[in-house]
Amino acid sequence: MFKKILIANRGEIAVRIIKTAKKMGVKTVAIYSDADEESLHVSNADEAIYIGASSASESYLNIDKIIKACKQTGAEAVHPGYGFLSENPFFCESLEKENIVFIGPNSEAIRAMGDKITSKEIAKGAGVSIIPGYMGLIENAEQAVKIANQITYPIMIKASAGGGGKGMRIAYNDAETIEGFARAKSEAGASFADDRIFIEKYIEKPRHIEIQVLGDKFGNIIYLGERECSIQRRNQKIIEEAPSPFLDEETRKKMGEQAIMLAKAVDYYSAGTVEFIVDKEKNFYFLEMNTRLQVEHPVTELVTNIDLVEQMLQIAAGKKLQIAQEDIKLVGSAIECRIYAEDPKRNFLPSTGRLKTYRPPKEIFSDRLIVRNDSGVYEGAVISPFYDPMIAKLCTFAPSRKEAINLMQNALSEFALEGVGNNIDFLQTVMGQKRFQKGDISTAYIAEEFANGFSGAKLNKEQLQNVLITIALMQYRLDERMGQIKNNYMEWVIFIKNKQYEISVKKNNSGWHVKIDNNEVHLSDFLWRFGAIIAKIIYDKENETILKVNRQNAIFNIRYLGADISAIILPKKIAHLMKYMPQKAPPDMSRFLLCPMPGQISRIDVKEGDIVEEGQSLAIIEAMKMENILYASKRGRVKKLNIELGSILAVDEIIIEFEEV
Amino acid sequence: MKKIINELEKRRQQARLGGGQARIKRQHEKGKLTARERLDILLDEDSFEEYDMFVTHRCNDFGMEKQQVAGDGVVTGWGTINGRMVYVFSQDFTVFGGSLSETHAQKICKIMDLAVQNGAPIIGLNDSGGARIQEGVASLGGYAEVFWRNAQASGSIPQISAIMGPCAGGAVYSPAMTDFIYMVKDSSYMFVTGPDVVKTVTNEIVTAEELGGANTHIKKSSVADAAFENDIETLIAIRRLFSFLPMNSREKAPFLKTEDDKNRIDYSLDSIIPKNANQPYDMHEIVEKIADEGDFLELQAEHAKNIIIGFLRLDGEVVGLIANQPMVLAGCLDINASKKAARFIRFCDCFNIPILTLVDVPGFLPGTDQEYGGIIKHGAKLLFAYAQASVPKVTLITRKAYGGAYDVMASKHIRADVNYAWPSAEIAVMGAKGAVEILYRNELGDAEKIAQRTEQYEKRFANPFIAAERGFIDDVIMPHNSRKRLIRAFSTLKNKQMQMPPKKHDNIPL
Repeated sequence: MFKKILIANRGEIAVRIIKTAKKMGVKTVAIYSDADEESLHVSNADEAIYIGASSASESYLNIDKIIKACKQTGAEAVHPGYGFLSENPFFCESLEKENIVFIGPNSEAIRAMGDKITSKEIAKGAGVSIIPGYMGLIENAEQAVKIANQITYPIMIKASAGGGGKGMRIAYNDAETIEGFARAKSEAGASFADDRIFIEKYIEKPRHIEIQVLGDKFGNIIYLGERECSIQRRNQKIIEEAPSPFLDEETRKKMGEQAIMLAKAVDYYSAGTVEFIVDKEKNFYFLEMNTRLQVEHPVTELVTNIDLVEQMLQIAAGKKLQIAQEDIKLVGSAIECRIYAEDPKRNFLPSTGRLKTYRPPKEIFSDRLIVRNDSGVYEGAVISPFYDPMIAKLCTFAPSRKEAINLMQNALSEFALEGVGNNIDFLQTVMGQKRFQKGDISTAYIAEEFANGFSGAKLNKEQLQNVLITIALMQYRLDERMGQIKNNYMEWVIFIKNKQYEISVKKNNSGWHVKIDNNEVHLSDFLWRFGAIIAKIIYDKENETILKVNRQNAIFNIRYLGADISAIILPKKIAHLMKYMPQKAPPDMSRFLLCPMPGQISRIDVKEGDIVEEGQSLAIIEAMKMENILYASKRGRVKKLNIELGSILAVDEIIIEFEEV
Repeated sequence: MKKIINELEKRRQQARLGGGQARIKRQHEKGKLTARERLDILLDEDSFEEYDMFVTHRCNDFGMEKQQVAGDGVVTGWGTINGRMVYVFSQDFTVFGGSLSETHAQKICKIMDLAVQNGAPIIGLNDSGGARIQEGVASLGGYAEVFWRNAQASGSIPQISAIMGPCAGGAVYSPAMTDFIYMVKDSSYMFVTGPDVVKTVTNEIVTAEELGGANTHIKKSSVADAAFENDIETLIAIRRLFSFLPMNSREKAPFLKTEDDKNRIDYSLDSIIPKNANQPYDMHEIVEKIADEGDFLELQAEHAKNIIIGFLRLDGEVVGLIANQPMVLAGCLDINASKKAARFIRFCDCFNIPILTLVDVPGFLPGTDQEYGGIIKHGAKLLFAYAQASVPKVTLITRKAYGGAYDVMASKHIRADVNYAWPSAEIAVMGAKGAVEILYRNELGDAEKIAQRTEQYEKRFANPFIAAERGFIDDVIMPHNSRKRLIRAFSTLKNKQMQMPPKKHDNIPL
């Protein structure tokens, strides 16, 4: 085994690799950029080498500097993690030249699978089923339209070198093909310095299911079951699970065998993932092969009890695979939620900033239940605009899918995160949806379930009751401290939007007796420290209900199961006065185009005085290498343009003011 | 006897109705509560005791003798907020539009006198059309009697005003002399002359809301300290403010037992100061992480945002906070920030509230605006207030403390008691760039040399150690220990005694 390895990555994956290396007694070297000087992966590693400015091209993508760091520290091997240089065959070769082991597959396999067109040809040759599409390169928009019509709509335009949704566009007609081709090409050029584009049939309501493979340098290859990653937004995965609730044993076996056929065709070794698209008839088509460790690898680890990073290290060190295909048994159910710095209420646009509060749930590792949080941050860390805005990967494992979902819901409830916008409420909403719980999912799930965007979960009567109880018990504790509770009893009215609820609380030796309207409940305990974000109401010792709470003057704010509720509580005696308070309409902002995300204006399509039609593109704002087209939400005349090309804008800044025509 | 009791009950019933059902209805339709309803929210349940319920006006002109309403447009008395006594008056817009008559003023004066004599705060809920014109000069005299008492009470007992309707003309000057003004958004306004007069005199067309609404006064004029959406939220907010205030100048602010550990460590503070000294960070985060339960009552949050003022508690004891805010104007001191902080310091000093100062100040804001506006005089207010304050003063420098602003922001030299600095502190005459440009003027053409000089200067001066070597800083503390160290510092100052030289009173540069 290696004595020392270098991790050519950052964030949670670097931290996760260090963890396994430590367990194996392998010393670790971290690398870091300016932005990451204070990062967790730096302090967790045995050594850390500074390799340049924050921009990835000057640091984590700089091969020369990484090789220099290996030599300087005597690292014998490099684990690339995912992203950055993990699928760069030139990196792999450069290391080999220096006699440094690349912890991953050989460069030919990376090269073959890294190109979407070549990989499909190889797959086809190996007998793997593939999607109808145009394999050649497409020169211009007219050709794109022609091909699209041959394949028939809808089609998908993809960057040949792309991945993770970048440079990818879906088109339902010729006009969208033309626009999408241009955008995909320019994004591909900007992101990958390779603007080659190809087109394929777009399968609607598909499931994304992928097979994990593991091979050694002696030609032994096994598959470790599948992961379903159908829950995606902006074509990027956010919730993954293993096993898929959809596959049967037969399909699983067929997919696994095809994955092995493909891997064998390129003499694959190390960990790899063969991605398939699966239609509702359980037909599956090869999508692409990822020649690296996947972000979502923990769910496979949880159901197979195999440490994939450990296997990668063993294989790279020339060890034979110790696991045979028949040893692989998928036990239980695992779910991963990716916690991102992004705003689900603004179409998941990324946010950045300082994690003012970062308190993940307590990790649990028991035989029956597991809560695992892979993360590279800490309270006070900064989510910078330079890299992927993922904050953590929260995973749960339980004997059944239902229990794993419940465990995830509780873990998310306890995850306190403030300072940057994040998707915890959104993830909780999905966990609470019947359709998700039934496993009736597809990659269109979010588009379908949140057709009008995300505005918080709706609570049922019982869930709302928990919110009301929490508010009343918080107020009780606050009043009690001020000496305002008489005879351990108090009555209030709680106002939420236009509804009101009468609630009374009686405290006694066995807990709390709460009456809401005419419904009576007993709680054995209420756990909340003054000022704390997390409150727990406990009906009986087994079950705790966890909510996030906040109070500003008279206003209570409760977040629970994805809902975000504001309320006012008043003593019953004065509650009747609430009806006289004016209902204030929020100011009309429909005349304004507001900046949806921090970024830079890279194109302006209109000028003052122009009349725009609904759906017309107005400008492009670029953030995190993504171009976002801003469209007119209704017909109007541009009254005032508050931007110019290159303007750097913050969220909610006014970009354009309209007037009625 | 029974007859008298019946009569009493009848009179009470009548008085409680104020201007009658129709006017109460109109008040409600405006989204406003009546004078008594407001007291029901402000005060603890069943704690209100009313005085002068049966007082009526004595005006015999303009047919006023035929319109007598018991109470005469103002409800006065005392009650409790969380068990602590407070005198209150609440103007009743349903009675003669809440206008102030001689007797109305006398009722207010009576409880003001009691408040001062008995050492309890006073809260006034203002909702009045102004002077009662029918009474002429008697009404004006009434106002002045109230004004005189505001001045007398100032510094003796806390005075709080809520503006819950119109407050115009001379009437504004009573709230203006109190310690805190809270306003209700969209239903209250304050101005010396209204939109009509403004239009006649200056041709300016302006709405009452623009001229003197809550947003104007919390953002632009700083007349008001905070504003809320409606009557109920405003009154609940006043209850909260009250919980931070002492009864009078002889007493300490109330202690509130907390579950928050006084030794609580917060490692996230170690990473709050950005690597680049020109990059801002939000000072609020430090305040909230130091405070008991993260609870910080900010005042004038919308005005002169380059300085933060407000109340928090440390291990249960109330502390007044002044902090530079690097997010706005880089935390520079300017006219508005100086005035805002100076007045708050004076309040704290009046009422034995210890002062915590968090410093990150690059200096005074330069420019003709500032100089013509009298930054010298206004900046001096802040310096004067700090220098003159005799309450415990603890200062923590988080980053920049440059030049004269270093001296002003509760430095050791103007008698702060305990001065700490974080390792990130830079206590110097100015930033490296500016200093090098002056010190090495003849080398300015040589960029390399200047860069070298800048680096040398930074190395030598951009740290807390030179100040610490001279004892201007008592200790350099780790950010994560701040709460613990500040609590310990204040605990040493509990019995602080300071003698002022004999004088009638000071002469702050007003």
